[in-house]
Amino acid sequence: MDILKEISENLELGDFEKVSLLTKKAIEEKIPVEKILKFGLIGGMDIVGEKYKTHQIFLPDVLMSARAMHAGMDVLKPFFIREGMPNSGKVILGTIQGDLHDIGKNLVGIMLKGAGFEVIDLGTDVSPEKFIETAKKEAAYIIGMSALLTTTMPMMRKVVELLKKEGLEDKVKTIIGGAPVSKDFAQSIGADAYGYDSTDAVESVRKLFNQA
Amino acid sequence: MRPVLRFLEDELIERIVSEARDVLCKLGVEIHNKDVLSMLGEHGAKVNMDKYHVLFTNEIIDKALKTVPKSFKLYDVLGNQTHDFSGYDVYYTPGSAALNILDYDTNKIRRPETSDYIKFTKVVSGLKNIASQSTALIPADIHEKISDSYRLYLSLLFCEKPVVTGAFTIEAFEIMKELQIAVRGTEKELAQKPLTIFSCCPTSPVKWSDVTSQNLLDCSRFSIPVEFIAMPLSGFMAPVTLVGTLIQHTAETLSGVVISQLTNPGAPVLYGGSPAIFDLRFETTPMGAVETEMIDCAYNEIGKYLGMPTQAYISLSDSKQVDAQAGLESSMGATLAALSGINNIAGPGMLDFESCQSTEKLVLDNEICGMTLRMLKGIVPREDFPTLPRLEELLKEKHLLISEHTRKYLKEEFYFPSSVIDRANRTRWEKEGRVTLIKRAHAEVEKLTRDYAPSRLPEDIKKELTKLMMGEARRYDMKRLPEIEI
Repeated sequence: MDILKEISENLELGDFEKVSLLTKKAIEEKIPVEKILKFGLIGGMDIVGEKYKTHQIFLPDVLMSARAMHAGMDVLKPFFIREGMPNSGKVILGTIQGDLHDIGKNLVGIMLKGAGFEVIDLGTDVSPEKFIETAKKEAAYIIGMSALLTTTMPMMRKVVELLKKEGLEDKVKTIIGGAPVSKDFAQSIGADAYGYDSTDAVESVRKLFNQA
Repeated sequence: MRPVLRFLEDELIERIVSEARDVLCKLGVEIHNKDVLSMLGEHGAKVNMDKYHVLFTNEIIDKALKTVPKSFKLYDVLGNQTHDFSGYDVYYTPGSAALNILDYDTNKIRRPETSDYIKFTKVVSGLKNIASQSTALIPADIHEKISDSYRLYLSLLFCEKPVVTGAFTIEAFEIMKELQIAVRGTEKELAQKPLTIFSCCPTSPVKWSDVTSQNLLDCSRFSIPVEFIAMPLSGFMAPVTLVGTLIQHTAETLSGVVISQLTNPGAPVLYGGSPAIFDLRFETTPMGAVETEMIDCAYNEIGKYLGMPTQAYISLSDSKQVDAQAGLESSMGATLAALSGINNIAGPGMLDFESCQSTEKLVLDNEICGMTLRMLKGIVPREDFPTLPRLEELLKEKHLLISEHTRKYLKEEFYFPSSVIDRANRTRWEKEGRVTLIKRAHAEVEKLTRDYAPSRLPEDIKKELTKLMMGEARRYDMKRLPEIEI
């Protein structure tokens, strides 16, 4: 069987040991790193994402596949550095100031990591200043904010406003989510995207990177 | 612990049964069939042939109750066991013999045709929570004299699940038996591995027609399982009180048990029924009425007390549409039936006082059945003691989504319904087109029809079934059967 297909299939099964071994084997076989990533790992994760969306598999299966993806990525990382290949992108994540709820935000973090993004999770009760400071320091393209309380939602607007004030609105994009948050609210505060669940958040983040 | 619901105390059951015995022995039963009357006479019952009347005796009732099986099994067309009617185990079957089908495209009722029957059968094949098929529709594009056997023929061709059915005439029994023997091989093998259940219906109050009593006699002779479907109507053809209705139902059903067991001791039966209250405002027999459902659950307790597996028409609705009333009546019925341990629960798909089947409702009801079946598994510890290590894992990992414990028990603990049941958040629901229940149900019907895998019944048997059915059609001057693609 085609080794990339084998990587993809084992990734679907969530077998991280096999994915790691097969990725090493693929490198030994001189398959370009870019190809291993695109058709083996990301290819497998795309199938997993689609199956999750259509309820053929459940969240734990996705996360097992994500773990397998990381095992493969760990093998590829030294080559990325050597060949200067970028990762999928960097995302700053956090629950907005005044809010300690983090289940949804954590889920989005797990799914983003599974999709190959680098996630910097600032935790809960994160001030607008902290979001922007970290985005600048890490040169991250995306800030993801979450809220469960209607009382903390307005703080998201402050992040968007601060970005504008600092002239960063083209360099840093914002995505928001959480139970009381809606697409209309996102538009009203000028956020760039909204994710109604973790899978949708990953898709929206992907879109933002593609538009960059 | 399996949750069990009860409406009757044993003492009340004993009084009901004792009173029902009095009805049978003192008031007697009208049976319009001389063979049945003679047979009862030979066993000591007091028969008046001219008046088609018989007074039972406590001796023959006791004799029947001694031989009636406490349980029996059903097998699919391939001979694999699918049902074990015993204890509190429950199985669902679609409501049977609907005159009409609710057409999805027009949202109006019409007479069903062969193609509707086949589509319905294909959908039943794919429904995990519906254990058997029933001859759910009466196709109108076939001679009425063979509409009973023709339904069984289509069911045996297209679906592997066992069939809940019944004969409309005395003559039809023969061909319906022959169709089953074609599948099993011999009469003996059919008796060893029952494939169908025949509904046999006494008429209220305490009567048996020529056809139904003969069908009961014939099924019993060949050990074909029978479900008794007594239909007392509270306040009209039965006392208005639920206890009074239960006494009459017990008498009517016990009379069937006696006929069955004296004909062939040990013949398999389900203690069933389709009683209802009579709604005097509309002159209708609401199957979704809570009192109807209470009567069903209660006679099931009486059946169990007498040592028989049970049946009821209960998870169905009187609504004309697949609407909220349809959902609430069907789910209340299914929940009560499941908790009561009614072994064969009939009703899914049915609307409009047992007169109209809806394939869309059937797939919705399949989810109701799935939820109740999950409920019956109860709440059980699964490596939950001690829980401390798991909570430590939670604190360390921040979630338990990929914990081994989660992955091991997720699918046992949660029932995941199909996309008929909406559990998306509002935004996703809106993004996916604000799809309503009926549209989701229709999409599921279409999916199941597309994914249908033909029955694995050997081709030569399928051909034999068609040959037998053709022979029967010719008897009624039909030169050909409606075109079907197997």
